[in-house]
Amino acid sequence: MTSQVTSADISGIPARSDLAGRPGRPGRPARELRHRIGIVQALANGLTLAWRNVTQLKHSPEKLMDVTLMPIVFLILFLYVFGGVVAGSTHAYLEVLLPGLLGQMAMFTSMGLGTALCEDIHKGVFDRFRSLPVARSAPLLGAVLGDTVRFCVVMAVLTGFGSALGFRFHTSPLEIIAAYALTYVFYLAVCWVSVLVGLVAPSPETVQGISFIWTMPLVFGSSVLLSNTSTMPGWLQAWVKVNPVTHLADSVRALTIGGPVGTHVLYTLAWAAGIVIVTFPLAMRMYRRRV
Amino acid sequence: MGAAVAIVIKAEGLTKRFGGTQALAGVDISAESGQVLALLGPNGAGKTTIVRVLSTLLRPDGGRASVCGYDVVRDAVEVRQLIALTGQYASVDDELTGTENLIMICRLLGTSRRTARSRAGEMVERFDLADAAGRAVKTYSGGMRRRLDLAASLLGEPEVLFLDEPTTGLDPRGRGQMWDTIREVLAGGATVLLTTQYLEEADELADKIAVIDHGNVVASGTPTELKALAGSQTLAVRAMDRSYTQQVADAVALVIGTQPDISTDTGLVTAPISDPALLAAVVRLLDDLGIVAAELALRLPSLDEVFLTLTGHRTEDAGAGAESAMRNGRAA
Repeated sequence: MTSQVTSADISGIPARSDLAGRPGRPGRPARELRHRIGIVQALANGLTLAWRNVTQLKHSPEKLMDVTLMPIVFLILFLYVFGGVVAGSTHAYLEVLLPGLLGQMAMFTSMGLGTALCEDIHKGVFDRFRSLPVARSAPLLGAVLGDTVRFCVVMAVLTGFGSALGFRFHTSPLEIIAAYALTYVFYLAVCWVSVLVGLVAPSPETVQGISFIWTMPLVFGSSVLLSNTSTMPGWLQAWVKVNPVTHLADSVRALTIGGPVGTHVLYTLAWAAGIVIVTFPLAMRMYRRRV
Repeated sequence: MGAAVAIVIKAEGLTKRFGGTQALAGVDISAESGQVLALLGPNGAGKTTIVRVLSTLLRPDGGRASVCGYDVVRDAVEVRQLIALTGQYASVDDELTGTENLIMICRLLGTSRRTARSRAGEMVERFDLADAAGRAVKTYSGGMRRRLDLAASLLGEPEVLFLDEPTTGLDPRGRGQMWDTIREVLAGGATVLLTTQYLEEADELADKIAVIDHGNVVASGTPTELKALAGSQTLAVRAMDRSYTQQVADAVALVIGTQPDISTDTGLVTAPISDPALLAAVVRLLDDLGIVAAELALRLPSLDEVFLTLTGHRTEDAGAGAESAMRNGRAA
């Protein structure tokens, strides 16, 4: 086991001379210690902890029930409630709605992450992780990467069920892949907001409430449900225009059913980057303070 | 570090405040290589806070602490490679199986997938968890969880092991098993910091005890020194036939020379004695009188009594029902 510490020494920094020759126990060679934890190890630790989350899902697949049913319920409800009024027919509306719902679900699915994280902290599982020689960011990284499975289920169910209802792609496979990749990138970004909420919330029960407050205006004050926003009042149009969820929904629409992509993809990526740049350091700081 | 005896755990003047509560008020402790140091104190005394500081989970407000010469704040990365923590509320993942928990920790320590699997296999055998290894931890008993937690903390072959209340909440049988397991671990030679609310536990396992109260070390020494400080042992006798309780009390008074306490509820007669040989004298006298004892024992002073002696006040956490019952039965 002693060798495992040295073999994983990817930072390549030799032992500081003043730290060399620390006392080991009699009969046991003094072990060589790493003095910092590199990014490669952080990723490896993150993946191990993501494996933990995925294994949990494997043991209790009922945890995937929400992400399986939510897309179906939203699709059916919105399609048949608004379809006729908004687009004249449900079939025409499906082309508008499905790409929009991908964006909406990116927001809603990320909410579960905050609750799970808050529970982990309260249960003390994180104490053990933090007392191990693993990267500080690994537990958070693992939580986000592990949650990917849930969102993949959402995208698959939404696309599959939408296709069964008559949705058809009008673009090249490359554009379709780009649409899903963009949605996934945006999802990863908002996950960090959810992580932050999970760290700030006083208890797991409160996470959901806080999450709704910030997701609702973003999800419904956007072009998720309709591509034509000209009938909205001016202030709302202004909000919709800057809302990253609008840019995501419009990008996915253009990339799946055709039409000009414009600057929407760039804006979406810029927003995703901006969200991570702001929330990741904040989350790490809260994590250090909170746990 | 050229000294013949290496100080492995060292804390000097540790302070920590949570809001209005002074959790640590200048704690000094130290343990030598291979020693088992027990922190003894009631709930809220600051034991867990000390462990959290030493295991790099919490920054102290003031003072310094080091493990194997590495500062727990400045050299936290190094310290984490040397320590392992077994939490008060066993910090294993409920939803994973025992084996999966162990594999996860191994992988986090940088072990290859194959080695992690075989290490996990060895550990479940060693800690008597083989039958349950494939089951989710949430189905485990309290004792099994603690054993798994301990197994997980040994995967990294730590120099220093923190055992935070390893038997709290276990029934007496589970506690005895856990002690046996811990003794095996101690034979491996790691330096151990153990926190406990039970003097008996510290007595069973530790080389050195520090009594903690209100964030201070109020006394420290070997278990024998501490018990001597806390005063004598307690003789407890109960007659099989309750109607002989007064005669028992008289017999005890005759042997030890002071009047014992009598619990009218239970018929238990108790008295502090300093010379264990007096027990034999009491046995002989009762025998001569033809009184059959249902219970006859020498007890260690309870934590409560140690506390009373050392701090002049009772442990404020009355938690354990047995302790408060004893307190009532033996009004000082």
